[in-house]
Amino acid sequence: MEPLLEVRDLVTAFPAPAGPLRAVDGVSLEVRRGEAVALVGESGSGKSLTALSVLRLVAPPGRVVGGTVAFEGRDLLSLGEREMCAVRGARIAMVFQEPMTALNPVLTAGFQVAEAVLAHEGVSRKEARGRARDLLVSVNLPDPDRVLDAYPHELSGGQRQRVCIAMALACRPALLLADEPTTALDVTLQAQFLDLLDRLRREMGLAVLLITHDLGVVARFAERVYVMYCGRVVEQGPAAALLTDPKHPYTRGLLASVPRRGAKGRLQAIPGGVPRLAEVPPGCAFGPRCPRFTEACAAAVPPVLAVGEGREVRCILYRGGAP
Amino acid sequence: MSAPPLLSARSLTKHFPIRKGLLGRAAGRVRAVDDVSFDLSPGEVFSVVGESGSGKSTLARCILRLEEPTSGKVAFDGRDFLALRGRALREARRHIQVVFQDPYGSLNPRMTVGAAVEEPLIIHRAGGRAARQARVADLLRRVGLDPRDAARYPHEFSGGQRQRVCIARALALDPKLVVLDEPVSALDVSVQAQVVNLLRDLRDELGLAYLFIAHGLPVVEHLSDTVAVMYLGRFCEVGPAARVFGRPLHPYTRALLAAAPDPDPAVPKAPAPLSGEIPSPADPPPGCRFHTRCPLAVARCRAEVPELRELSEGHRAACHLA
Repeated sequence: MEPLLEVRDLVTAFPAPAGPLRAVDGVSLEVRRGEAVALVGESGSGKSLTALSVLRLVAPPGRVVGGTVAFEGRDLLSLGEREMCAVRGARIAMVFQEPMTALNPVLTAGFQVAEAVLAHEGVSRKEARGRARDLLVSVNLPDPDRVLDAYPHELSGGQRQRVCIAMALACRPALLLADEPTTALDVTLQAQFLDLLDRLRREMGLAVLLITHDLGVVARFAERVYVMYCGRVVEQGPAAALLTDPKHPYTRGLLASVPRRGAKGRLQAIPGGVPRLAEVPPGCAFGPRCPRFTEACAAAVPPVLAVGEGREVRCILYRGGAP
Repeated sequence: MSAPPLLSARSLTKHFPIRKGLLGRAAGRVRAVDDVSFDLSPGEVFSVVGESGSGKSTLARCILRLEEPTSGKVAFDGRDFLALRGRALREARRHIQVVFQDPYGSLNPRMTVGAAVEEPLIIHRAGGRAARQARVADLLRRVGLDPRDAARYPHEFSGGQRQRVCIARALALDPKLVVLDEPVSALDVSVQAQVVNLLRDLRDELGLAYLFIAHGLPVVEHLSDTVAVMYLGRFCEVGPAARVFGRPLHPYTRALLAAAPDPDPAVPKAPAPLSGEIPSPADPPPGCRFHTRCPLAVARCRAEVPELRELSEGHRAACHLA
């Protein structure tokens, strides 16, 4: 079956005196219908920019300069702006990390959800309001009538994030891009929110691309994972396999550095820090921090290699199969 | 432990008035910290965990006297810390230092890193210029930075390195206690572990005590001797870290542990343990403050405030059912 979203060799760059900086550098990924996919990375990995590139919302002077984005059989990068507007919000919706800034503070929650319905569907205002109420109910908001007429500051962080989800679902999109939606929430609310996303996915057949830095969130939610580092996907595969048996030294380091329940003693930290975009080293960007670094790593960007069922890794250690 | 406590808080309470109307009449109060007592021994890592709105940061700010508590007592090194004024307070503050969450906001962008670390030494008149600079170089080395970094500005450093600078500054005066308010929450995952390891090493080398404020349970388990779980201004469970994490007594602690995401796919994924949200501290529920979200709540929980009771050695919980 053809994937719902298929990104191939996507490059998004920012102009700089020394030549364009490729913040997204040849990313390929797929999301199938109804699938829960996680895009994992630290700050500067290009994970949020990948999602913005898919929606063609990259702020200038940043620009998508290469690759293709196929969605429901169309190349989004070659659509006119009008056609793109019909995709954004209606077929692909997005929720962001900060539920306070994503909502307009001077409009009621009900208005903002109804607005999303009105923008894409020819319904009356009254019908739109009714739909908005149904949506608030579907995201488990208690007391939907109060929330309908409440302003964002009258809602808690968890409630605001639910209103954002209700807005995103207003037109029954096929794909939801969720950029760190739980990072601003407490752990008990985070668990509730991930359960909600999972329920909506099953009930509505919604595909979710969840962008996160938290491997615990990945384990709880995702079926498949892409791990990004400095603009490139360094490893991908089914979540359970990837988390139990990570292949790329970066994924290994990242998993080892997360404190585990019951573990004592020193944590295994990855030395150094994520390089800035202008200082990304040649060849494998993780090279200088990698315990298995060799000269060959710096010579060229490692190729993508298949390692087991549905798994790929961008590391020369796997050139001859297992290292 | 038999040694006299380094820090001891008794019935510490901080209420913020809610002001309304033109004349700013107090229309109510937010009970941010409500009747909290604990002891912290020299060299101990005492962690306070809780969600946003639990009052954990306000508690830390009261200990630092960045907020004046509404009532209660704080003794530091055997002296009444809340009674200190002027020079005596400044002198005592040498021994209690702080590292905040945001290493971007807590360094002056116009001061070199060296000047930032040196500043406490100047304020407390610790040594001449040459001695201070030698001390700065030593501190930077100790936190894993290069002494030559002293001449550089904060924007030249990554978040993890800035947090190292903040730690060096906190250590400048050889404090006995460092208050760590979410020191790794703003850092990248791969960098958090470095800073946690550094904090562990410093504590072992220098015999520091930490009051560690956090919401991330795994980090707390890793670093702490004693853990207090805070909910709506009160401690609901306090005990040795291994016991609180291994055999939690309070239903809220159990829920927090169940909700903490674990990257191991072999750990079974239970549904979200709690419904609803933390109520407003301006209007906390009567009885046990957790009863509105507690899966076990009975009639008594709605009426009667549970006391923090010792249920096994050093392990206390405020729950009628524990």
